[in-house]
Amino acid sequence: MRTATATSGAGPAITRLSITGARLIDPYSGLDRLGDLHVADGRVLAQGAAPAGFQPQRRIDGSGMILAPGLVDLAARLREPGFEYKATLESEMHAAVAGGVTSLVCPPDTDPILDEPGLIEMLKHRARSLALTQLYPLGALTVRLAGEDLTEMAELSEAGCVGFSQAAVPIVDTQVLLRAMQYAATYGFSVWLQPQDPFIGRGGVAHSGAVATRLGLAGIPVLAETVALHTIFELVQSTGCRVHLCRLSSGAGIELLRRAKAAGLPVTGDVAVHHLHLIDVDIGYFDSRCRVDPPFRSQRDREAIRNGLRDGTIDAICSDHTPVAEDAKVLPFGEAEPGTTGLELLLPLTLKWAQEEKIGLVQMLDLVTRAPARIAGIGAEQGSAGGDQPGGLQPGAVADLCLFDPAAPWVVDDHSLLSQGKDTPYQGRELEGRAMLTVVGGRVAFERDRGNPSAAIKQGAARP
Amino acid sequence: MQHLQVGEDGKLRHLLTLEGLSRDMIHRILDNAASFLNVSDRDVKKVPLLRGRSVFNLFFENSTRTRTTFEIAAARLSADIVNLNITTSSASKGESLLDTIDNLAAMAADIFVVRHGQSGASHLIANHVQDGLHVINAGDGRHAHPTQGLLDMYTIRHYKGDFTRLRVAIVGDVLHSRVARSDIHALTTLGVPEVRVVGPLTLLPGGLEQMGVSVYTDMKKGLKDVDVVIMLRLQNERMRGALLPSPQEYFKTYGLTAEKLSAARPDAIVMHPGPMNRGIEIDSAVADGPQSVILKQVTFGIAVRMAVMSMLAAA
Repeated sequence: MRTATATSGAGPAITRLSITGARLIDPYSGLDRLGDLHVADGRVLAQGAAPAGFQPQRRIDGSGMILAPGLVDLAARLREPGFEYKATLESEMHAAVAGGVTSLVCPPDTDPILDEPGLIEMLKHRARSLALTQLYPLGALTVRLAGEDLTEMAELSEAGCVGFSQAAVPIVDTQVLLRAMQYAATYGFSVWLQPQDPFIGRGGVAHSGAVATRLGLAGIPVLAETVALHTIFELVQSTGCRVHLCRLSSGAGIELLRRAKAAGLPVTGDVAVHHLHLIDVDIGYFDSRCRVDPPFRSQRDREAIRNGLRDGTIDAICSDHTPVAEDAKVLPFGEAEPGTTGLELLLPLTLKWAQEEKIGLVQMLDLVTRAPARIAGIGAEQGSAGGDQPGGLQPGAVADLCLFDPAAPWVVDDHSLLSQGKDTPYQGRELEGRAMLTVVGGRVAFERDRGNPSAAIKQGAARP
Repeated sequence: MQHLQVGEDGKLRHLLTLEGLSRDMIHRILDNAASFLNVSDRDVKKVPLLRGRSVFNLFFENSTRTRTTFEIAAARLSADIVNLNITTSSASKGESLLDTIDNLAAMAADIFVVRHGQSGASHLIANHVQDGLHVINAGDGRHAHPTQGLLDMYTIRHYKGDFTRLRVAIVGDVLHSRVARSDIHALTTLGVPEVRVVGPLTLLPGGLEQMGVSVYTDMKKGLKDVDVVIMLRLQNERMRGALLPSPQEYFKTYGLTAEKLSAARPDAIVMHPGPMNRGIEIDSAVADGPQSVILKQVTFGIAVRMAVMSMLAAA
């Protein structure tokens, strides 16, 4: 169980604050109105007028801004342990709060792989001592992700895992996959799977289609996704295991999810925020920053993803944050390491999609706050009963908050990003929407100069 | 692409792909090649156009034949030539591609001729090197082999003249063929109204139609009334496996025999980028027959490479 009050290192901790005059948007309650929000002892105390006698230690002017629950990211690789040359827990948690993200789910493909309770405890401990964002690890579904032996799921769950995943390593042996799902279903654990047939897209580096054909790049067909989905849905049907489908990329895959949901299967799905915008054509002439997994697909697939978000087939949007070492991208496309930085782009790119599609802010924010929190079971453990506990901006909820300026223009570059991973197709581009202040567990975890949204941090503050 | 390969002054700076190169530019290269053709017939087979310049042949993937044609072309232009088989040197010591390039650039190279197993490698290098250093793509993965494409166009122009009245069939392993891709871009740019690709579905990647070609799986139909047949090489490792069951069956369906060739126009020419697999993609009777222009392609290839190098050196 998480503690509501995060404690910071030095100085007297501010435990009472008021954010005034902001547009409060709360997907948990459907709230959308101007007002004040008061926080005390790590939780939301009240909306609107402050309770009699409440004396905030700090008053924050929220006028012109939106105050929403902090973002919940279902896929952020923090690279610790094992890949500290790519990024560290500290650098990436700073990037998270700078992006308005207050809860992170991280996949188990670290080194060592997260397949033992001790590793989970160590990671949670490291995260707690940094006191930046809340961290929710996914445990490995099989030992070393090798697809052979099951991990101690019950032990891992007790250590803090919110689900079990194979990251991007598919289980080849379907008997093992069946048993893993049966075993997880025994305890009611959710299994997180990125649907990809281990063979059909083997060796592929880009979406199979006209662009890959023209550039002479080995293709990853949509079939790699749909064949895997057919298998997974059959296994869900048989085992009753709750499955969350990670990083759907194709229109055909989304249509299968739509049908599975209509048939009543206990399945959910997410997409990476980059896939709302980018397609195979954006590879241009071998831009290795567009090397991602799953690959950017066709324009039609992008339309299908957007439609799937609109009609609720897709439950959540994640950053799929995958920082890679700079050298790993300065290679021919097929040899470049897949991945893109995402934590600080999740909010602006989600806003951009909502604006283009004329999606209301309540629905948009739901896809990056309440919906992913439900998938990861975050919040359910806040009270003993679970489920009906207050969330978002409701009084009594843990105060994980994001105050952002939806129109603030900023330039994506090495200086404006805090993440150690700087590679993104948006390098050098201007985006709108920037988190200005992030509160985690009632404590201000991040703040940026209002007048300078391109700055990574507030002037004078120590750069992590 | 235009900005990387062709400068604002309209001069060729690199040759990476034929995609996006203008019709006019392709004809200019072919016209230049024509002027070099007679150099090979002189007593002294040299012109001094590249005297004092250094051409580095960087072959990350082995190909004695292609390397040799560039070497001869550079020698006939009086350039200094350095041959590097990088598969056997720095790459195996863990040096990165661009580190290798920086080191070689520091040795005052003027032209890099690059062969690499990865699509896009030449683009990466061209984007990286300083002004004044020119990159010729001598084959990158499955993507492009522009000098082969140009020598194929030279050959077609030599025998057929007007591109705008031709039917051309490209036969075989299109999936893995950089030659096919370069030929398709050049043929469509030069105004060939009908470009066909012919092969089994395992060797035809999706989306080919969007490159402006029509797709055939039936060899006879694919060759019907064509003016030019371009046969592609089938790599050894692809003759048996999940793409094709056996070289014998491949030959039976797609190997070019006199009988299959009879579907084409009687004056059709037969081309092949070499090296040929006789009895697999092409029957000896056709390879050595009156319609074959395969050896002329090799001769034209030297002239085309001389043309490209001299144009780059003048940029």
